Amino acid sequence: MEDAARLLQLVVNGAAAGCIYGLIALGFVLIYKATEMVNFAQGDIMMLGGFVAYSLIAHYGLNYWVGALLAIAITAAFGFALDAVILRRVIGQPQFAVVMLTLGLGFIFRAGAGIGWGYDSVGFNTPFTNKTATIGQLVLGQDNLSIIVGTVLLCGVLYVFFSKTRLGVAMQASSQNQLAAYYMGIPVRTVFSLIWAISAGVAAVAGILLSPVSMIDVNMGFLGIKAFAAAVIGGFGSIPGSLVGGVVVGIVEQLAGYYLPAGFQEVTSNVVLLAMLILRPQGLFAELSGKRV
Amino acid sequence: MTEPLLRVNAIETFYGPIQAIRGVSIEVAPRQMVTVLGANGAGKTTVLRTISGVLNPERGQIVFEGRDIANMAPDQVMRMGICHVPEGRETFPFLTVRENLMMGAYTRRDPAGVVADLELCYTYFPRLQERQDQRAGLLSGGEQQMLAISRALMGKPKLLLLDEPSLGLSPLLVQQIFGIIRRINEEQGVAILLVEQNAHIALKTADYGYVLEVGRVVIEDQCAMLIHRDDIKEFYLGQKEAGVRGQRRWKRKREWN
Ligand SMILES: Nc1ncnc2c1ncn2[C@@H]1O[C@H](COP(=O)(O)OP(=O)(O)O)[C@@H](O)[C@H]1O
Ligand SMILES: [Mg+2]
Repeated sequence: MEDAARLLQLVVNGAAAGCIYGLIALGFVLIYKATEMVNFAQGDIMMLGGFVAYSLIAHYGLNYWVGALLAIAITAAFGFALDAVILRRVIGQPQFAVVMLTLGLGFIFRAGAGIGWGYDSVGFNTPFTNKTATIGQLVLGQDNLSIIVGTVLLCGVLYVFFSKTRLGVAMQASSQNQLAAYYMGIPVRTVFSLIWAISAGVAAVAGILLSPVSMIDVNMGFLGIKAFAAAVIGGFGSIPGSLVGGVVVGIVEQLAGYYLPAGFQEVTSNVVLLAMLILRPQGLFAELSGKRV
Repeated sequence: MTEPLLRVNAIETFYGPIQAIRGVSIEVAPRQMVTVLGANGAGKTTVLRTISGVLNPERGQIVFEGRDIANMAPDQVMRMGICHVPEGRETFPFLTVRENLMMGAYTRRDPAGVVADLELCYTYFPRLQERQDQRAGLLSGGEQQMLAISRALMGKPKLLLLDEPSLGLSPLLVQQIFGIIRRINEEQGVAILLVEQNAHIALKTADYGYVLEVGRVVIEDQCAMLIHRDDIKEFYLGQKEAGVRGQRRWKRKREWN
């Protein structure tokens, strides 16, 4: 009985971490589907979102909800500008150029955050910090539960947006056939910048949801590597797949951390990724070369 | 003659260093149906892409309703009232038929008119209504062509650009679809610029025709006249009586141009 409760607790904690991976992976996938660019700075955008929320809430003393919403909006605007000013110029360039550019942007964001906010870990108070929810024998942290609930809600909102609104369907259309979207009078470039805005906003949500569980620091964006594994496991192109991939990575990681000797936890996402690439070698690279021009 | 709706004047279009269009002039009057014939590689698709703003001409003007649209972006050209049915249909494969059609109306702000036009498309192509909740990628080639035409119609165009709607379709289906294209032209008063390799059906359907060869217009006339010309019969309608002799005569003719 106690074992079962422990297992459940591990699964919930793992699912919470996995939701964070999944949200970052979702950003990868949205941008990739629309523009065929892989944005390796996605994790660093999450870090920026976390720091902006920290400034607004801990420094300027805004209410948690107001600060969080404002931080999401600011990060989304940043994502829009990033595409409109910089990334739009490399559309159509070789993948290698895009990879180098986004890796370089990641470096710049980390350095910029270090200059602006310093290299120490920071945090802010949330309504979920250090609270627990007791369900029978099970004691769960509200911080972890809030991540899961927040992710589910966000996915619901995104689902409705992409399938029911005119702009959302136009985003799908532009991702599926850019030229035809132009022929429909859809301002495709602006639509792509808006997709970057959504990806950045989603990354900011991840950073904010994560903050009661782990501190915000300049290097937290390296979570993006695990999120990348999640995206690949999910098929790199499927939005539900990226979330499922994230949750799989998160749960496997938690279980490995508990049941396997120390050190295994850190490599599990890579092991899962490798297993995936061996079982489905067409995974990422088939998607990259099989794209339409 | 009345002021044309579209006047393409001596345009030259390049793909990098390669010149695909070498000074083409075309006019389309309001409510008129004009066809541009040409073999594979003649430059038909390039002409349409230049009009709709995907390519910018190096030289020449494209005047639509009195405004030069030669350097406009494709979404702006569409908002002017020119809708393009591209070669190879280019539907949105993972959207449903109905969503595809609604994307055609993306720029419109008159919901009642959009609903009416959706009904109109369904009366022209009842097959689309039957399949309105299916993904476009699952449709047959003919149905995709119907969808592409209807999707353009949803934009309420003044001028419809059609790029080889007959491509890959059975002769019977081609007959049907061209019949409806003609009806759209007459009943909705939409001017049409149709480019085709299938000269037979195009000359029977359209009012006025141009023949494009390696990026140049070599002949233009009323379709009723073109259809009786010997060179058209030989090279575009496939009525070859004397193959080798004919080819030689064609070369001579081209030198005079
Ligand atoms: N994307 C392209 N890049 C370079 N050349 C092209 C491209 N598209 C077409 N061409 C060339 O331009 C010419 C005209 O092509 P196109 O307009 O597609 O002809 P058509 O539609 O009449 O078959 C051809 O010689 C073709 O090879
Ligand atoms: Mg063509």
